[in-house]
Amino acid sequence: MFNFGLVTEWIDNWLESLMPQWAATTVECLLIGLALILAYSLLALFYILYERKLCAWFQCRLGPDRVGYWGLLQVFADMFKILIKELISLKGTDRFLFALAPYLVIIASMLVFSNLPWGNGLQIVDFNIGVFFMIAASSIGVLGVLLAGWSSNNKYTLIGAMRSGAQMISYELSVGLSIMTIVLLAGTMSVSELVAAQADGWFIFKGHIPALIAFIVYLIAATAETNRGPFDLPEAEHELTAGYHTEYSGIHFGFFYLAEYLNLFIVSGIASLMFLGGWMPLHIPGWEGFNAVMDFIPSIVWFLGKAFFISFVIIWFKWTFPRVRIDQMLALEWKYLMPIGLFNIILMAIVVTCGLHF
Amino acid sequence: MTNIQDKISKLCPSATFEEGEVLLVNVPDNDWHSLAVALKDDAELHFDMLSALVGMDWKDSYGCMYYLTNTETQQMLSVKVATTDRENPMIHSVSDVWKVALFQEREAYDFFGIVFVNHPDMRRMFLRNDWVGYPLRKDYDANPDVNPIRMTDEVNEDDTFSMVEDENGNIVRQDKKVFGDDEYVVNIGPQHPSTHGVMRFRTSVDGEIVKKVDVVSGYIHRGIEKMCESMTYPQTLPFPDRMDYMSAHQNRHCLCMCIEKALGIEVPRRAQVIRVMMDELMRISSHLLSYGCTTMDMGATTAFFYGFRERERILDIFEKTCGARMSLHYNVIGGVAHDLHPDFVKDVKEFCAIMPDCLKEYHKLYTGNIIAQNRMKGVGVLSKEDAINYAITGPSARATGFSCDCRKKHPYSIYNELEFDEVVDTEGAGDSFTRYLLRLKEIEQSVKILEQLVDNIPEGEICAKVPKIIKLPAGHWYQQVEASRGVFGVYIESTGDKSPYRMHFQSPCFNLVGVMDICCKGHMIADLITIGATLDFVVPDIDR
Amino acid sequence: MAVKIKSMKYEDFKDNEYIEKLVEELKASGTNVIVGKFDDLINWGRANSLWPLCFGTSCCAIEFMCLGAARYDMARFGFEVARNSPRQADYIMVQGTIVHRMAPVLRRLYEQLAEPKYVIACGGCAVSGGPFKKSYCVVPGVDKILPVDVYIPGCPPRPEAMFYGLMQLQRKIKVERFFGDANRREKIKDFFAEHPEMKDQM
Repeated sequence: MFNFGLVTEWIDNWLESLMPQWAATTVECLLIGLALILAYSLLALFYILYERKLCAWFQCRLGPDRVGYWGLLQVFADMFKILIKELISLKGTDRFLFALAPYLVIIASMLVFSNLPWGNGLQIVDFNIGVFFMIAASSIGVLGVLLAGWSSNNKYTLIGAMRSGAQMISYELSVGLSIMTIVLLAGTMSVSELVAAQADGWFIFKGHIPALIAFIVYLIAATAETNRGPFDLPEAEHELTAGYHTEYSGIHFGFFYLAEYLNLFIVSGIASLMFLGGWMPLHIPGWEGFNAVMDFIPSIVWFLGKAFFISFVIIWFKWTFPRVRIDQMLALEWKYLMPIGLFNIILMAIVVTCGLHF
Repeated sequence: MTNIQDKISKLCPSATFEEGEVLLVNVPDNDWHSLAVALKDDAELHFDMLSALVGMDWKDSYGCMYYLTNTETQQMLSVKVATTDRENPMIHSVSDVWKVALFQEREAYDFFGIVFVNHPDMRRMFLRNDWVGYPLRKDYDANPDVNPIRMTDEVNEDDTFSMVEDENGNIVRQDKKVFGDDEYVVNIGPQHPSTHGVMRFRTSVDGEIVKKVDVVSGYIHRGIEKMCESMTYPQTLPFPDRMDYMSAHQNRHCLCMCIEKALGIEVPRRAQVIRVMMDELMRISSHLLSYGCTTMDMGATTAFFYGFRERERILDIFEKTCGARMSLHYNVIGGVAHDLHPDFVKDVKEFCAIMPDCLKEYHKLYTGNIIAQNRMKGVGVLSKEDAINYAITGPSARATGFSCDCRKKHPYSIYNELEFDEVVDTEGAGDSFTRYLLRLKEIEQSVKILEQLVDNIPEGEICAKVPKIIKLPAGHWYQQVEASRGVFGVYIESTGDKSPYRMHFQSPCFNLVGVMDICCKGHMIADLITIGATLDFVVPDIDR
Repeated sequence: MAVKIKSMKYEDFKDNEYIEKLVEELKASGTNVIVGKFDDLINWGRANSLWPLCFGTSCCAIEFMCLGAARYDMARFGFEVARNSPRQADYIMVQGTIVHRMAPVLRRLYEQLAEPKYVIACGGCAVSGGPFKKSYCVVPGVDKILPVDVYIPGCPPRPEAMFYGLMQLQRKIKVERFFGDANRREKIKDFFAEHPEMKDQM
């Protein structure tokens, strides 16, 4: 399998031959930052179109098809417009916090973004507590949402923010528990090691029953984490007009809009890392020919394909289910998902200690 | 009739009687409240529903016409209460007897300035608080300088008052507040995606729990009743189409029937059949929209598109025959405006054939969904007593077990020849889920009616001979039909002129919005949206 | 210089004198090539990404729902993302009668929209008061209280008519300038010049 690490190493060596060590590192950081922002915005644009087309098909419609071939330029039109839309500053708000909130949301998702295993050797940061870092970084996002709701000085946004706070903090638990289950199986928190451990079979197969339970729990909790339907209560268009970002206009609103889609990608990415092998192709022990064929598909395609598939499932949820109510949502987490998650960890511990996994 | 007359004269010796299509009782204001209590509590009379309350200005006096219904025997009675005091007209409130009067009396106050003694909350219903004058009074000054378009925000409508009669019989003014100082009031509407138009609910919440809903209406009050008074009868016909635009046919049917009744016109059989078929198509289209909006308000956007897909087919049928998709203008006095399109029979048959499968699809898509069931079951329960007390009719009332289908109870047109069931929830659950399901069941019944009629459209005239200039004889008439959302009534009072002296539209949605407070109390904000969606009110019908 | 939009041929629009006049003005003032290209790009973005504010008071709102539903599907043109918060919407399509009580609310909604903002008067009632013109409390046309860009007659207008109106708006957007003189902020001043009494009431 092609190792992208060779490319990055080559760039590193080349840069170091041109300039001193410190300058090379700085240039690399800049390059990586640029690549990150570019990938970030391109993915967000792709996701917006992806969801629009998908939901149109669910709803017996066509979706965007006039702007550019097959509607491909639609998202760019939206982007140009939203970039130059007026930014409204409001009376009676906390200006600083109001402006800070969208950036916090974006920063949170970008931090996690840098940890995802994009392909063989294509990972920006890889350290021994990678998974832990991802969970920690992704929970900064809720701060942005809370700030947005609070600083807007509007009753709708406040209700939206409070809902969001309750929701994200609750579902963080289930996400954490289900990821912990897999960490238990893998015995490591490092992203690259997690991927490597799945070379002979993805964790969802290796860990069989407890891994499957963890996967389902994760999928539900992750949907709630990203504030998507049926858990889109913080926005709840038909109850709170636009929830926590009611008062945001222009690019500030654009940030929330982008972050929503990026978070969708991130939770799908984490799911594919933890359960579906990250960039690791589908390997079945013993079938050498099959494994070799699978290895021909580039690793980045594997990773993106898995992530898009899981996003598809989450989008499918959104356009099918009605929205749950706040008390039902909290009951689902505290009465069902969390006990199941705790039980599942014990089950996984038994499986791992007795060596019952593949 | 005489039996009721005897009983009432025993209860209230000062009452006088007039025979008519409905027995009319003239009661002086002083005896009105005690008579009202007696009329409701008497085991035999038991007029438990106030079907209509019409404010009136008879030039020498102000007053109200009350139409009462006994919901078991379907007997109707009308009561006329008048006051000759033109400076400070006051009538005793009956809002403690029939709760529906809470809103209806506020409407009469808004239009005529009649103050209802002992009514707990005398705010204006439809017009701005700073409106000058009472528009439906005959001596109202319509000069636009008196009431220009005010672009200033309305003063807070938290202040209200009521006129209370103390022990000595003196009437004193009491000022009140709608909400307390420490209540957290969230303003839902007038521009809000889920209020189905421009309704405004001032909602006092405790966290997410709704404590009180104050309905502020009038954001689409267009003054139809006043405009009708200056128009000839055929000119008034376009207005019912635009009130409850989802029951355009039924509403217009009602107005036409009321005028035909007054004129004594016999409508040809063919026109009757066409009218009934159009009414039922309209009902299906309305219930489909209601299905779509209910699902969308609860966040399941996809189901909405499925409801609209079939609705477009009905609109096609309308378009071919009536030439319009929504404001149809098809019924005219004496019949219908033009003959059916040649494709009509084929289209209706096709539609009837696909509808049962589509209903199955809707159930599969939404009804069985566990989240949807949890969101709707047990939410916004309305009891049968409340439904009668607040004069709720239509699917929302039948979900409480209150059998009130006007097509069965007061059969009009050819409904008594047709075979269909009145869908009533026998258990009387009265929650959002029952209301939602009942509408889908009603679609089945409407399809059944269409199937019976589609092959039996008789040949013949589509419109009776009608005089060129329509003048109604002096008198008053009240006609009801079963619109998509409940019983729609038209009251016409004529002095023998070309235009009506007073025309009143009794809309079902106005009463529906009256129960928002009791339905929502103790539920959450999200439930308020669900309840609003399943009660399914159309705002222009409330405001008129 | 013909104003091009993808969905409808220029010839079909030719009768629109107002736009012709705007094009003449633009031609006369002339513009820098680079800035002009930027303007084109921005206008292309704006014209193809018109997000409506959900604002319906009566019958026209139901036809607007049909416009979004499967048969007409306004998502094809990118008009899809109906926003419920005025801050995020691009245009307000007044669907239905505006009465005295609603007028200040509508005005406030207009002011809450972020620039560039457009107003479409949709249906007879919004255009002129329609059948309710003579009523004591109906605003006879929203152009009495707001500067209107496009009028769509009909009672209610068919979804096709609404598309036509939206395309006219697209076309109007295409002759705007982001850089330079002809900015939209001027519009409200013009409006106040025509209706001085409105300014007193604000």
